[in-house]
Amino acid sequence: MARSVTTRRKIINTALAWSIGLLIFFPILWTILTSFKTEATAIANPPQFFFFDWTLENYAVVQERSNYARFLWNSIIIAGGSTILGIIIAIPAAWSMAFVPSKRTKDILLWMLSTKMLPAVGVLYPLYLIFIELGLLDTRIGLTIVLMLVNLPIIVWMLYTYFREIPGEILEAARMDGASLRSEILYVLTPMAVPGIASTLLLNFILAWNEAFWTLNLTAAKAAPLTAFIASYSSPEGLFYAKLSAASTMAIAPILILGWFSQKQLVRGLTFGAVK
Amino acid sequence: MATQHSRSAARLMMAPAVILLLGWMLVPLTMTLYFSFKKYLPLRGGDLGWAGFDNYVRFVTSSAFWPSVQATLVIVGGVLLITVALGIVLALLLDQPMWGQGVVRILVIAPFFVMPTVSALVWKNMFMDPVNGLFAHLWAFFGAQPIEWLSQASLASIILIVSWQWLPFATLILLTAIQSLDSEQLEASEMDGAPPLSRFMWIILPHLARAITIVVLIQTIFLLSIFAEIFVTTGGAFGSRTLTYLIYQRVLESLNVGLGSAGGIYAVILANIIAIFLMRIVGKNLDA
Amino acid sequence: MRFGKTLCTASVLAIAAAGAATAGSHMTTITIATVNNGDMVRMQGLADEFNKEYPDIALEWVTLEENVLRQRVTQDITAGGGQFDVMTIGTYEVPIWGKQGWLVALDDMPEDWDADDFLPAISSGLTVDGTLYAAPFYGESSMVMYRTDLMEQAGLEMPDAPTWEFITKAAEAMTDKENEVYGICLRGKAGWGENMAFLTAMSNSFGARWFDENWTPQFDTEEWATTLNTYLDVMNNYGPPGASTNGFNENLSLFQQGKCGMWIDATVAASFVTNPDDSTVADKVGFALAPDAGNGKRSNWLWAWSLAIPSGTDAEDAAKTFVAWATGKGYTELVAQNEGWANVPPGTRKSLYENEEYLEAAPFAEMTLNSINEADPKNPTVDPVPYTGIQFVAIPEFSGFATQVGQEFSAALAGQQSAEEALEKAQALVSDEMEAAGY
Repeated sequence: MARSVTTRRKIINTALAWSIGLLIFFPILWTILTSFKTEATAIANPPQFFFFDWTLENYAVVQERSNYARFLWNSIIIAGGSTILGIIIAIPAAWSMAFVPSKRTKDILLWMLSTKMLPAVGVLYPLYLIFIELGLLDTRIGLTIVLMLVNLPIIVWMLYTYFREIPGEILEAARMDGASLRSEILYVLTPMAVPGIASTLLLNFILAWNEAFWTLNLTAAKAAPLTAFIASYSSPEGLFYAKLSAASTMAIAPILILGWFSQKQLVRGLTFGAVK
Repeated sequence: MATQHSRSAARLMMAPAVILLLGWMLVPLTMTLYFSFKKYLPLRGGDLGWAGFDNYVRFVTSSAFWPSVQATLVIVGGVLLITVALGIVLALLLDQPMWGQGVVRILVIAPFFVMPTVSALVWKNMFMDPVNGLFAHLWAFFGAQPIEWLSQASLASIILIVSWQWLPFATLILLTAIQSLDSEQLEASEMDGAPPLSRFMWIILPHLARAITIVVLIQTIFLLSIFAEIFVTTGGAFGSRTLTYLIYQRVLESLNVGLGSAGGIYAVILANIIAIFLMRIVGKNLDA
Repeated sequence: MRFGKTLCTASVLAIAAAGAATAGSHMTTITIATVNNGDMVRMQGLADEFNKEYPDIALEWVTLEENVLRQRVTQDITAGGGQFDVMTIGTYEVPIWGKQGWLVALDDMPEDWDADDFLPAISSGLTVDGTLYAAPFYGESSMVMYRTDLMEQAGLEMPDAPTWEFITKAAEAMTDKENEVYGICLRGKAGWGENMAFLTAMSNSFGARWFDENWTPQFDTEEWATTLNTYLDVMNNYGPPGASTNGFNENLSLFQQGKCGMWIDATVAASFVTNPDDSTVADKVGFALAPDAGNGKRSNWLWAWSLAIPSGTDAEDAAKTFVAWATGKGYTELVAQNEGWANVPPGTRKSLYENEEYLEAAPFAEMTLNSINEADPKNPTVDPVPYTGIQFVAIPEFSGFATQVGQEFSAALAGQQSAEEALEKAQALVSDEMEAAGY
């Protein structure tokens, strides 16, 4: 498989790819570095890269000012809950689209995606009123449901593309053996699709984690996730780059680490049916 | 293979997802439609009666309307162009043999994990600030006048920030597609002495068509509604007010829910036009 | 099969966890929405002291950046969401919301809270028909802050009550772009509470007004043209780069870094720029009244961040207890003990300005008090107006259209359009909005 190349070419490739990679990663690196600086060093000109007095002071200040653990926990519950809920609802739908396609299957799929194009701002006020009626404001369950609905189309589509890669004959065989529809999905299809489900889970967890419109507008104190945590550091009085960097690092670190550890699944899964 | 029995079962199984999404679409949409025909000013006591088409007329005739549609299209188009073009280049590069490929891939996909709010704040303050930003230091180092990014090049700045966030996504999908390319076919054309450019044009690019379509579709969906990046950086000033942002200003800054709702309906129409347009293309490519 | 079961169990757990409310005790919990300004962050830091005194009231803080906060609380109060028990709002919102009956009247507060001690200029802005609807947490006007060392170098002397002419001259003399010292820093970031607060206050000193007595917008007048041209002229020649995105916070950090010769902004900034921990120029700052143009009005504003209780809260008594604590005399002393007198929230109480210790610790106290007393929200400018408010117009539509006008002026500062174009657009836009609102 591996194409043979000259060492010289490989060196050039490596150098080029690393420079571009570092360039793309630089804003994150810079944020992390800045979070360990004092406010004065953070704006110093010329900029200080590694040789400054490293300090944890900003993290202490942020921790003292806000209850990071609670924001983090809310983020985990809301992102996790909405993703799992979404997958449970999407699996049967994706199954029927993949294995019992009708003329309208593709239309339904694309219609589902199009619901994501509705401008959230336009429906914020009506939805806020509905949430008041139902007593869902500032609750994790309310936000979980909204984010599930927001991401459901993507989940359905991703699962649909994975299911389509599974040969129909296997299911046929299971059916011949007298497996019911339920057990066919639960015991034959789902295990085969585990890698696909895992990457769907991962991608949607990330999308839900980073969602910043609904999470900010439908919460106050109890259910506020990390997006609200960031909003309290965005432009306070005085110098704030270092503190902002510390808060930013705290907000993105969990997902960054998760993403890095599971990047193989994510990369393998991120095809959306782009590859056949 | 489908029997009558499995057909109805299939319909049943699709039902929860379809019903939920239908509700999610229809309930707020109906309420928005209702409000859009109302003179609804919460700060003046709420519902002040029916307004007919006043809100619709007022929203389109406002001097901010067409510029906002234009800004929306420029941002979406700009980001798509950049991410697809750079995504292809990056994917081709990452497909080459090299040392430390895994690490490079980690570096490249990292921006995708960063919340939009955070990335907008970081870019705005730590890079684009005309006095303390890193770009300003860099420009000053070379003796140039620092650029006032967010005011003088507001749209370009926002496109830059958003492209940075979405480049990893495009790269990953395109990379997966390239990796699936039959390497024997490529090698054969190499043997034939086909120059790299024509190899790219006639073998790689057609192979990527499907992946590019997917990237364009998924990204458009997300890009049409970008909000945090504008809210944090320019607040809609300097010509960076998109349709979404204009509606936000009407509903939440001016607290004119009726007018904003009418804007919301226009946005739905615009989204649908783009959706139909996109789906024509996607539908064609997905059939393949 | 295993996987399916795990998935189901996990989701049930997730839903259960999401639904589980915090276990109820006999505590009353109040949710306080506040801005991430220094004084409020300090208040949040002192919450433990409150809990020592009132152990049965638990405080939940929602600290947000100013624009986000304003949007959240406005949305919540207009829709009746009831998410907050105490809201931090300003002089602009209080009269409008009070009139709508959305706020709890503060007329049965404890005796020792001493409502009569509030500065009349401040409390009058928070009173509707004789009833106080919000408790001022800190009050501010605006004034000139300048670098005494640079002023001396330039061979000039700042009068206590400068004119715009002098400010322009001084800005020119202090500017040293080679060393990143800009003669003057002013707000340029679009927003009714950002550049429009400054420009509206400035326009008053040139005799301009938003509306005449018939609510006709006045951007086509000579006075507005003079205001905007003066502003653009001084900022383009002596201002920092990127001024069109600078708000209060950006200018504060520029001044603290020693990059501004003069800065005309909120009086509360005084304690930040003279604080040696954050400011590199702490011992070189002088203060003067906001400039005038010989028309009998100065360009200073009046604002009070205040704590208000939305009506319909289910914890009204606890909320009142908290408001009384945070805006009472005891709180001032608490901050003084913990953080020093210079850091107490300024501009609300007469007694503070009679306190020797404070006057000694805060070199800016006298100028702050004078600036506040100089402000008259009922007669903000030279000619009579149908509205109250100095740097704003206290009507519900103002925040919306003033932000859009602010964007036009900001674009003019960025060089994207001329002053005439900006004013023309402002006139058209405000006329349109006023017509829509039915004036």
